[in-house]
Amino acid sequence: MLNLPILSLVTFLPLVGAVIVFFLIRGDDEHSQRNAKYTALWASTATFVLSLGIWAGFDNSTAAFQFEEHVAWMPDFNISYHMGVDGISMLFVLLTTLLTPICILASWNVVTRTKEYMIAFLVLETMMVGMFCAMDMFVFYIFFEAVLIPMFLIIGIWGGPRRVYASFKFFLYTLLGSVLMLLAMLAMYNDAGTADIPALMKHTFSPGLQTWLWLAFFASFAVKVPMWPVHTWLPDAHVEAPTAGSVILAGVLLKFGGYGFLRFSLPMFPVASADFAPLIFTLSIIAVIYTSLVALAQEDMKKLIAYSSVAHMGFVTIGAFTMTKQGIEGSIFVMLSHGIVSAALFLIVGVVYDRIHSREINVYGGLVERMPGYAVIFMIMMMASVGLPGTAGFVGEFLVLVGAFSHDSWLAAFAATGVILGACYMLYLYRRVVFGKLTKDSLKKILDLSPREIAVFAPLVFLVLWMGIYSTPFLDVIHVSVDHLMGQVEKGLAAAQMAPVFAGR
Amino acid sequence: MPLADMPNLVPVLPEIFLSCAAMVLLVFGAYSKSDSSFRFILGVCVVVLALAMLLLTIPSADGRAVTFNGMFVSDPFAIFFKVLVLLASIMAIVVARGFLERQNSAKFEYGILILFATVGMMMMISANNLISLYVGLELQSLSLYVLAAFMRDDTRATEAGLKYFVLGALASGMLLYGSSLVYGFTGTTSFDDLAALFKAGSHPSTGLVVGIVFIMAGLAFKVSAVPFHMWTPDVYEGAPTPVTAFFSVGPKLAAIALFIRLMVGPFGGLVDQWQQIVVFISIASMMLGAFAAINQRNIKRLMAYSSIGHVGYALIGLAVGTEEGIRGILIYMAIYLFMTMGAFACILCMRRGERMVEGIDDLAGLSKTHPMVAFALAVFMFSMAGIPPLAGFFGKLYIFLAAMQAELYTLAVLGVLSSVVGGFYYIRIVKLMYFDDVVEPLDKPIGKDISLVLLATGLVVGLFFLYPSVILGNASVAAASIFGG
Repeated sequence: MLNLPILSLVTFLPLVGAVIVFFLIRGDDEHSQRNAKYTALWASTATFVLSLGIWAGFDNSTAAFQFEEHVAWMPDFNISYHMGVDGISMLFVLLTTLLTPICILASWNVVTRTKEYMIAFLVLETMMVGMFCAMDMFVFYIFFEAVLIPMFLIIGIWGGPRRVYASFKFFLYTLLGSVLMLLAMLAMYNDAGTADIPALMKHTFSPGLQTWLWLAFFASFAVKVPMWPVHTWLPDAHVEAPTAGSVILAGVLLKFGGYGFLRFSLPMFPVASADFAPLIFTLSIIAVIYTSLVALAQEDMKKLIAYSSVAHMGFVTIGAFTMTKQGIEGSIFVMLSHGIVSAALFLIVGVVYDRIHSREINVYGGLVERMPGYAVIFMIMMMASVGLPGTAGFVGEFLVLVGAFSHDSWLAAFAATGVILGACYMLYLYRRVVFGKLTKDSLKKILDLSPREIAVFAPLVFLVLWMGIYSTPFLDVIHVSVDHLMGQVEKGLAAAQMAPVFAGR
Repeated sequence: MPLADMPNLVPVLPEIFLSCAAMVLLVFGAYSKSDSSFRFILGVCVVVLALAMLLLTIPSADGRAVTFNGMFVSDPFAIFFKVLVLLASIMAIVVARGFLERQNSAKFEYGILILFATVGMMMMISANNLISLYVGLELQSLSLYVLAAFMRDDTRATEAGLKYFVLGALASGMLLYGSSLVYGFTGTTSFDDLAALFKAGSHPSTGLVVGIVFIMAGLAFKVSAVPFHMWTPDVYEGAPTPVTAFFSVGPKLAAIALFIRLMVGPFGGLVDQWQQIVVFISIASMMLGAFAAINQRNIKRLMAYSSIGHVGYALIGLAVGTEEGIRGILIYMAIYLFMTMGAFACILCMRRGERMVEGIDDLAGLSKTHPMVAFALAVFMFSMAGIPPLAGFFGKLYIFLAAMQAELYTLAVLGVLSSVVGGFYYIRIVKLMYFDDVVEPLDKPIGKDISLVLLATGLVVGLFFLYPSVILGNASVAAASIFGG
């Protein structure tokens, strides 16, 4: 194995692309716009290819962090640039590197400030990959927070009519959550004397401190996930963001919260996590049922999918806090499948939005007559979102429900309601948009998918089916790390002599 | 005077050099045709300041040096702040040339006054006695009063100068009164003697506490902390923009340095008496800076409130009172220097039809007409809001780290919450530049001097994370030196 710092390469290659676009491409004519687009596409595709190397070299049999890199950064403070991936984070890195080139390809028709647009997406990719690879708490925080800048600009510059409101809401909501997390990180740093994540996982925080730390992290991750009642920024941000912005938001940014729970809250504050699990379950169930009902009433396609995201992320939080092997694996799998499915659904909305410039469900109807290919892809993704066996959505939701059932059957019953409601709103959406008679004049000349759009969807369809039919390669990556995580949680609980209490629940 | 009685002049060399240079330049300027000598003298001033910075680094090898019978102290702490002050002075001169020429105020005295103010600030930073403290403070203040009213045909500038003078004199009076009380109750004005007098946990008399409170009130005025901030927005708005840029950095650096030296040194043993006051002014400054700036339409007023807020954050470090806290302040102020100077360089680009404009709405659509200026200002704004990976985040990080270490949780939580509120008005500037359409384009080009300052400050703020050890390491040494390490 060559000793290439592959994680840093994957993280910073997009940034190199952004710097090239920033400095070398001048002017705003058609020619330079095309150059910017191709540079971005090549940089992000190269990143994806490179990131495949991470999976190829990944050792499924160990829970240790792999591809580790360690460089002293602020020696006075014992803070270092430490990168590494384990089974929990590795697939998210790939999800990010896959979605970015797709986003760039999907926004081929952007005409305003193309150059800045491409820079924003490349910078965003660097931040997202870095966030999943960071093994130092403060490095993690820097990437976690820095995402705000490009996303704020993407929503605000290329967004819809209420973009200013949506971008401010997104920015301030997330910032408010994160600053409290920062204080918690400082408290942890003071308590443990290190900011290194693997070292912190071995450190035992006193139960009293854990409660406060857990709450502060919860403030940040709950906003990111987002959990009810702090989800209100998401529909606004999704509706106003450009298609590719929504794709990244739903596909990757929402996973920050779930990933954070698995990386910090569970292994580092097991006692508090066990204490607060009922709170998480309550909020998640409200999210699953309430937002599904809200989704049912939506007239705007993007808003509907946005609310469905909140519902799906409810499954993630339920699964993670059941603290069972199936539940945690399920929550990771739901995040991965949701990353692909919701991204695809936003792209599907984007396809018709590009043609008709409306997201109103009523504007459409009978699209199957003119767009059969589109209807097929829409159907596959719709079914995956519902959780039909054979698609990616099924595996994750099933595992979460198994985990929830072994924890508490009522929990599973409520969560399962969400699956039924999910089928309601997705099928209803599909019927209104795709089926029926094509009567509206505006739709008479609508064209089916272009080759570029097929290229955008092909990998997503392939993955959805692959993950649904043969999920073993994905689960194999996750298994050992989740076992290790479970071990940490149990050890933490035993150390606090809480284990019997918890088992009795 | 026999040679043996001569005080050791080596630690004071930079100050002596600066004063002599300023006087020579003054005479030279007075006897030459002023319109042709303007550029030349300004250029020489920059060179002189740069040389002073070079001189500063010579005696730094062997830690602390005291001279003039203990009136003057030079230690790594002083050198750290002096380098920052000199940088601020250099930038204030560089950005001013084009501005003054356009405003028909191209008078060479600008550079001289900055030099004298700089000497005053360096004296403040190195003061080791209540007397030398006052002398330095007054030299600085008097130069600044004149600078505020530098454009004497402009009523706003004159008003600002007068306001600053009256309120500044009041603050100096309070400080002097406090000093006399301290002298009356202890019989000494030397910092070293005072420090020896107040061992940790000693119980001072009420009169002495009153004296300390008066001194703190005077210093709070100089750093424009709440509740002594009222002059700041008016003076910032009225003073010529390069002078405002200088005000918001130089005097603040010096006053914060003095504040730290006084509180940690002579009054270090009385931390129980003054800590609550610092906690209060810190919280009040952060909150006022965050909330009062929301409604400002004038960018200089906005920067004034923003600077009040930043002082509030810096004072958290003093409220903590530990070595970590002081290190946090040093890092914060160093970063603050670059952010603020950069932001003011952007404000100096706001011209329309050869006239300066100051409304924040004039920035609308700046990213389309001046992409580089807009990009730089966006970097400074995100940095001031404390968003990583920009420098401003690291400033806040170390301050809050110290606060959490000292278990001042309320202070830390209020601090981060007010930084979110502050985030609102910083990103509103970004919104104006990037989301809105051009109403009326601003003038081009922006000039080489300002581009240079923008580039330098932008690089420091944007790329601080690449090699933070430069500032962190020096700040650690400087903070240790004031604790007698």
